[in-house]
Amino acid sequence: MDTLLLSRIQFGANISFHILFPTITIALGWVLLFFKLRFNATGEIKWMDAYRFWVKVFALSFAMGVVSGITMSFQFGTNWPGFMETVGNIAGPLLAYEIMTAFFLEAVFLGIMLFGFSRVPGWLHTLATFLVAFGTTMSAFWILVLNSWMHTPEGFEMRNGVAFATDWWAIIFNPSMPYRLVHMLLASGLTVAFLIAGFSAFRWLRGDQGRDVRAGLKTGLMLGAVLIPIQIFAGDMHGLNTLKYQPQKVAAMEGNWETDTNVPLLLFAIPDEEARENRMEIAIPNGASLILTHKADGEVPGLNDFVTPEGEVMHPPVAPVFYAFRIMVGTGMAMLLLSWASVAIMARRRDVGALPRPMLFVMVPMAFSGWVATLAGWYTTEIGRQPWLVQGVLTTEMAVADVPAPFVGTTLVAYLAIYALLLSAYVFVLFYLAAKAGKGEQIRLRVPQPGEAIARQVPAE
Amino acid sequence: MELFGDPGQWLPLTFAGLMGLSILIYVVLDGFDLGVGVLFPFADDGEKDMMVASIGPFWDANETWLVLAVGLLLVAFPTAHGAILTALYLPVAVMLIGLILRGVAFEFRVKAPTPHKRAWNTAFFVGSLMTSLAQGYMLGLYIMGLEQSWATWAFGALTAVFLTVGYSFIGATWLILKTSDVLQAKAVQWARGGIWGLVLGLGAISLASPLVSDRIWDKWFSVPEIFALAPLPLMSVALVVLLWLALRRLPTSDDSWAWFPFVASIVLFTLAFFGLAYSFYPYVVPDQLTIYEAASAPESLFIILVGTCVVLPMIGGYTVLAYTVFRGKAQELRYD
Ligand code: HDD
Ligand code: HEM
Ligand code: HEM
Repeated sequence: MDTLLLSRIQFGANISFHILFPTITIALGWVLLFFKLRFNATGEIKWMDAYRFWVKVFALSFAMGVVSGITMSFQFGTNWPGFMETVGNIAGPLLAYEIMTAFFLEAVFLGIMLFGFSRVPGWLHTLATFLVAFGTTMSAFWILVLNSWMHTPEGFEMRNGVAFATDWWAIIFNPSMPYRLVHMLLASGLTVAFLIAGFSAFRWLRGDQGRDVRAGLKTGLMLGAVLIPIQIFAGDMHGLNTLKYQPQKVAAMEGNWETDTNVPLLLFAIPDEEARENRMEIAIPNGASLILTHKADGEVPGLNDFVTPEGEVMHPPVAPVFYAFRIMVGTGMAMLLLSWASVAIMARRRDVGALPRPMLFVMVPMAFSGWVATLAGWYTTEIGRQPWLVQGVLTTEMAVADVPAPFVGTTLVAYLAIYALLLSAYVFVLFYLAAKAGKGEQIRLRVPQPGEAIARQVPAE
Repeated sequence: MELFGDPGQWLPLTFAGLMGLSILIYVVLDGFDLGVGVLFPFADDGEKDMMVASIGPFWDANETWLVLAVGLLLVAFPTAHGAILTALYLPVAVMLIGLILRGVAFEFRVKAPTPHKRAWNTAFFVGSLMTSLAQGYMLGLYIMGLEQSWATWAFGALTAVFLTVGYSFIGATWLILKTSDVLQAKAVQWARGGIWGLVLGLGAISLASPLVSDRIWDKWFSVPEIFALAPLPLMSVALVVLLWLALRRLPTSDDSWAWFPFVASIVLFTLAFFGLAYSFYPYVVPDQLTIYEAASAPESLFIILVGTCVVLPMIGGYTVLAYTVFRGKAQELRYD
């Protein structure tokens, strides 16, 4: 394999690993703040117990996010020097602002949030929790500005093959940024909602039916039920935006080869790029036209428009985009079904305990549904941009480093091994913590007074 | 922008200064917490918990300075960024894997089931060691002008060992400051051993860099520079002597002077850093690319600078807050 392909696999593997943890920390920070504020307001111990359990998950996820993020920031230089050399004048300031306004904020206040409870006044601890949540969200904002600009670049001009900024406002608020930001923040909220619901269900099934588990189950399911319709709507709007700016991506998502009206919505198909047609289609007539143009006879772009007369293919690989998109939407539908059904049951019977056991069993694997949908979404977006790295400005091929392929191969294998190990350890420890919490080991009825500093000789947690 | 003269001149210089500052802060701050990791095998289980407790609230912010340093290299000198990082491809990967291992080990060692704790302790040590060695190796190669040959690799191996010893020295002095009793006494022992490595390392780098490059030789050993610069090595020697004397008397019964070795090592690291910076200026890729040639567009740099002037003092402010909240002797870390 050549350096380009290996570097792409390596970047894809690294960012896929990285995004798993930001997706959790971005929203979990706010949920922790919610638990903390509920506790401050009601004084009910269940909120503090929920906080104590989830803050551990947060700390662990945060550490995973930080270390994989540091890897990401080096990748630009080690594997994609062409990226910064060409668009550094734009990407640079955005990354610098992310580091200065977000990374330091979250990293510094994380220490106080995690270990400062008994050392600082209560308000400062709540403030630190807020600042950490705010920092992760800021970080998402800046990186998504950059990523969206790579999809829909505006506000710049090319001089001697290098991009120069002409209008920072247009760069930051580039056409796809609002959609991507909203969609990603909602994705994060949903991931956390189902994570909390799933692990609470797991504890419930193990017989640990304490008040904090009830609170967790309820919070998770309600959050999911509220966010998922908004997400579906936001996703639809996002798609319309993409249709306008990256029609070739939409053509790949829909698996549509010829530009046409009355295009059906493919529920399933096997796109065949050699033959440039689909096999085994299962379709809803006029569906794609309806969704994308809101008219049954609306025109949907086709992939064949993006092949140059010389036969050069300027559209993304079809099958991965096509499948990834269906996985995301399918997961979204499953989330809708599960959260609404369970909220309906809880509301009718006015009791969390009324949830039937099979439903709880489904919730446990659904704890990771957010991960699946988020990854599938990013694959749709990023592979859908190929062969471009910055749409219309820089191809991925032009950006790659001149590093020997065996080097990249070696590091790729090393990263894959370590990521596989860490991911298993992470999931294992989450279940372990949940099981342990169930045995009552973690739930002490002692509520420490803020400001009270005590040295204890128990192993640190 | 024109207010201070030609932005093509002062902006690259400012950014080189900022980048240097964040590298220096990084080397001092992550230096001590990496050093604590390198010292892990010498401590027993209870002491290990205490050692982690002494750095737990800080390590994440400390590493962020590395992200800022690379970020500034990337945004201010994009061509140099590509050239340096592709030349150092493998050691960078080793460092990153080391950082990953030690970063997650912080959390896993207390959250995983107790039987796994030992394995995560090992990961913490191995990660810290890999990171320190890789950074030292990169420093050596950088001094050698990023040339690849048996001689430069050997020199890199040498600086790798010395930087690791240097980190464990500053780590030990941090522990003298933050711990008490047996662990503190042990830390003094570690520091006493480490100081020799430090002296050898500083000596090796100071000797090698002028020998490798005539330009650096001329910068140091021509009149009148040699007189203007003489205080730098003289102060370093004086500090080492003071450190050595202090370490012989520590720990004191009332814990006075426990801060001294740590502060002295910070000054020592700073002096060494200025020596290096002076040697390499104005080059960002040694003898190949100056900061002026490598700089990005002044407009973009200016945008970043405006933000930096606002944000950097704030970062300073809340960093001080964090160190104040967790001042005094380290305590066991708890979430409540
Ligand atoms: C939508 C959100 C998002 C996306 C797309 C990315 N990140 Fe990220 N990143 C975060 C959201 C985030 C975060 C929520 O802010 C993290 C995760 C956990 C954490 O500690 O902060 C983080 C951490 C994090 C760190 C460590 C910060 C620290 O030291 O505290 C670095 C250096 C990066 N990221 C760099 C990147 C790069 C170079 C990316 C793209 C190529 C990237 N991230 C994609
Ligand atoms: C966090 C969510 C993200 C995910 C899951 C993701 C995923 C991916 C994937 C799977 C590819 C490979 C596409 C292919 O080669 O066919 C890719 C490419 C790329 N993405 Fe992203 N990406 C994310 C965010 C970002 C961001 C925020 C940036 C930049 C600021 C970025 C920059 C790139 C670059 C430089 C490539 C080119 C390398 C390549 O083609 O593999 N990505 N991404
Ligand atoms: C069910 C209805 C959904 C629709 C119609 C939808 C639509 C879309 C579209 C069109 C894109 C591609 C954007 C582009 O062109 O670049 C996208 C990307 C993405 N989707 Fe979805 N989505 C849905 C559900 C979800 C769910 C449930 C999640 C996660 C929980 C999710 C997470 C993502 C992510 C992370 C991306 C990549 C980032 C971005 O481009 O915004 N989506 N989605």
